Amino acid sequence: MKVSFFVTCLGDMFYVNASKAAVELLEHLGCEIDFPKAQTCCGQPAYNSGYHKETLEVAKHLVETFEHAEYVVGISGSCVFMIHEYVHLFEEGSEWQKRAIELKEKTYELTQFIVDILGVEDVGASYDGVATYHTSCHMTRLLGVKEAPFRLLENVNGLQMIDLPNRHDCCGFGGTFSVKMSDISEQMVDEKVEHIEETSANLLLGADGSCLMNIGGRLSRNESPVEVKHIAEILNSRGDV
Amino acid sequence: MPMHIGEKDFKKRVTKGLDDDFMRGAVRSAQERLQDKRATAADELGDWEDWRTLGSEIRGHTIEHLDYYLHQLSEKVAELGGHVFFAETGEEANEYIQKVAKEKDAKKIAKSKSMVTEEISMNEALEDIGCEVIETDLGEYILQLDEHDPPSHIVAPALHKNKEQIREVFHEKLDYLKSEKPEELALFAREKLREEFTEADLGITGCNFAVAESGSFALVTNEGNARMVSALPKTQITVMGMERIVPGWEELDVVVSLLTRAAVGQKLTSYITALTGPKQLEEADGPEEFHLVIVDNGRSKILGTEFQEALHCIRCAACINVCPVYRHVGGHAYGSIYPGPIGAVLSPLLSDYEEYQELPYASSLCGACTEVCPVKIPLHEQLIMHRRKIVEDEKKSPLSERVVMRGFEQLVNSANLYRTATKMAPFLTTPFAKNKLISKGPGPLKHWTHARDFPQPANERFRDWFNSREKRGEKNAKR
Repeated sequence: MKVSFFVTCLGDMFYVNASKAAVELLEHLGCEIDFPKAQTCCGQPAYNSGYHKETLEVAKHLVETFEHAEYVVGISGSCVFMIHEYVHLFEEGSEWQKRAIELKEKTYELTQFIVDILGVEDVGASYDGVATYHTSCHMTRLLGVKEAPFRLLENVNGLQMIDLPNRHDCCGFGGTFSVKMSDISEQMVDEKVEHIEETSANLLLGADGSCLMNIGGRLSRNESPVEVKHIAEILNSRGDV
Repeated sequence: MPMHIGEKDFKKRVTKGLDDDFMRGAVRSAQERLQDKRATAADELGDWEDWRTLGSEIRGHTIEHLDYYLHQLSEKVAELGGHVFFAETGEEANEYIQKVAKEKDAKKIAKSKSMVTEEISMNEALEDIGCEVIETDLGEYILQLDEHDPPSHIVAPALHKNKEQIREVFHEKLDYLKSEKPEELALFAREKLREEFTEADLGITGCNFAVAESGSFALVTNEGNARMVSALPKTQITVMGMERIVPGWEELDVVVSLLTRAAVGQKLTSYITALTGPKQLEEADGPEEFHLVIVDNGRSKILGTEFQEALHCIRCAACINVCPVYRHVGGHAYGSIYPGPIGAVLSPLLSDYEEYQELPYASSLCGACTEVCPVKIPLHEQLIMHRRKIVEDEKKSPLSERVVMRGFEQLVNSANLYRTATKMAPFLTTPFAKNKLISKGPGPLKHWTHARDFPQPANERFRDWFNSREKRGEKNAKR
C-alpha cells in the first residue's frame, strides 16, 4: 500500500523523532512511503484566525501537492481535520471542491489509518513505562477518532496505561488562542498538568504535536519529571521489556 | 448598552475573573456536577443523538418559518383575549411594559426568571417609573438582594457564588440567622417570597417556549415561581425573545425533554407551567388581563445570515457548563448577560463588534460546546465565522496580525520559501535558546513563554532525514 506522508509543520520542524517513527512504523506494517516535498502547512492558523481568503490559497496548494496520492496519512488529528475542512472552503459544486472531497476521502490520521484501513490493532511494539494519554479535542470531537489510539496502546507490550482524569478537557493550546489569550490558556494547561500529575504516570502520550508542545512546555517549565512523547514513538518501539 | 455588565475593558474583566478564587471554586464544582448530570441524563434517555437531530430539525424548521409561527401565535393570543405587542427594540418593549404598569397603577411587580428582560434592562425601566420589582427565582433573588449583582450564567444566575456567600447576603440584607445549608436557605427565601406574590399588582414572566398552535407559553422552573407569578396578580405580562417558539405541543415535548436534560440533567424539572391566555369564564384562577411582548432587539437581522443557527438556541447552558474558558474566567468576564460559547456568538450579534469583538477569540475552539449542544448549533464554527467577519468584512483585526497572515500565506504557498524558512528557523532562534528550549521568547512568543517553554526547531528537519535516507537507498530498509 502506498502512503503519502503528511508531516505537518510541527512534525517537520519540532517533533522530528515522532515523524521518523511514524514513517518507520508504517513501513514496518508494509506500507511504501512517499513524501511529497512541496507540502507545507495545512493553513489552520490562518483559518481559525478568520483569514479565509489566505487559507483558500493554502488549501489549493495542498490539494495539488497530494493529488497523486493513494492514501495521505498525517501525524496530527487537528491538521488532518483541517484538510477535511477544505471541502467547506470551496464554492459548492466547484471543481476545486470536487478535488477537496477526493483529498478528504483518502486522508487519515496515523492511528485511524492503522486501525481502520490496515486493520491492525497490535503493531508488535514494546515499551517499558507507565503512561497516560491526552485525547486532543480536534482529533476526538471533530475528526471523530476516539478509540484507535487506545486500542493500539493497549497492545503495547510492557506499557501500563493510566486514565487521565477529565481527559475530555482542552489543554488550552487553541493555536493563536495560546498567545492572544495567554493568561486564560495558562490556567487551562495548568489544570491539565495537575491532572497528569494525579495519575503518577512518568510518560505523557498524545497524537497531536501542538497539544504536546503546549503541555510539554508547561511540564518542562515546572521541571516536571514527566516525559512527553508522540504516540508514534511508542508504537515504533521494539525494545526489550 | 443594556446587555453589558461590568468593566468596559475585556482584559480587566478577565483578570478580575482569574483572580477570584471563590468564584472559580464555585464555578468549577458546579460545572463538574452539571456535566456529570447531563451525561447521565442523556445516556438514560437512550438514542440521545437521535433526539438531538430531532431537536435541531424542529428548531431549524421553526426559525426558517418564524414569520408564519409568530403570526399564528399572535392570532391565537388575541383570540383568547390577550394583547400582543411586537417590540422592535428593547426600548420599545420597556415603554410598552411601563405603559401597562402605569395603567394598572402597579406598585409591586413579581417577576419570574427571564433572560430577555435582563437583555433589555426591564427592571431598571420599571424602577424608573417608581415600581418595585421583585425577582422570585431563587438565584435572581439572591443577586437582586446583593446590590443587583449581575447574572453570570443563563440558567443558574448566581452560579458564581458559593453557599457561604449566599448565607452572608441573606444575613446582611434580611437578618437571616440559620446555616448555609441549601435547604434552609431555600426555605427562608420561599417564605419571604410568598408574601411578595400575594402583594404583587403585576406579574411578569419570561418564556421558555411559546406554542404557536394554541397560543400557550411554557415555563420551566424548579421552584414553581412562574406559576405563582402568573396565578396571583391580576395582570400578567409575558416577555419573549422572538425566536422562543415551537409549532405545537409535540414539538414542545421534544425541546423540553432536551432542555431539562441538557441544562440540569433532570428528566423533568419540578414545575413545567403552561399558560394559555387570560382567565376564561369557567376558570378559577389566572390573570384577568394578559399581555404578550415579543422582543426582536436585533434578532431579525441575524435571520438569513451565516449565524441563523444561533437563533436555534434553547438557553439550556450546556455549552457554558462544559466550556473550559468559562470555568476559569467566570460569566462576568464576558461582559454580557449571555456568557460562555453561546454568549460569545450571540452578544456581538445582538450588540456589535465594537462592544464584543474579543469574545469570539475567547475560545480555544476545543468544540466541547458543539458536542453537547442539544440542538446541534455548531458553536465553535460560529466563533470562527465571527473571526472571519471581523477580519474580512469589518477589517478590524490588528495590522500586525494582518501582516503576519499575509506573510504566512506567501510562505506556505511557496514550497521553496517554506523550505528555506524552516531550514533557517533553528539558527534564527539560537540566541534565545538554552538546551534546545526557549524560556523567554521574542515577539508573540513572549506571551507563550510567560508560563511555558518553547522548543527550538530541530537542526535536522524530518525532510532532511527523509531525503538523505532516500539518497542512501535505505527506504523500507527496516522491514
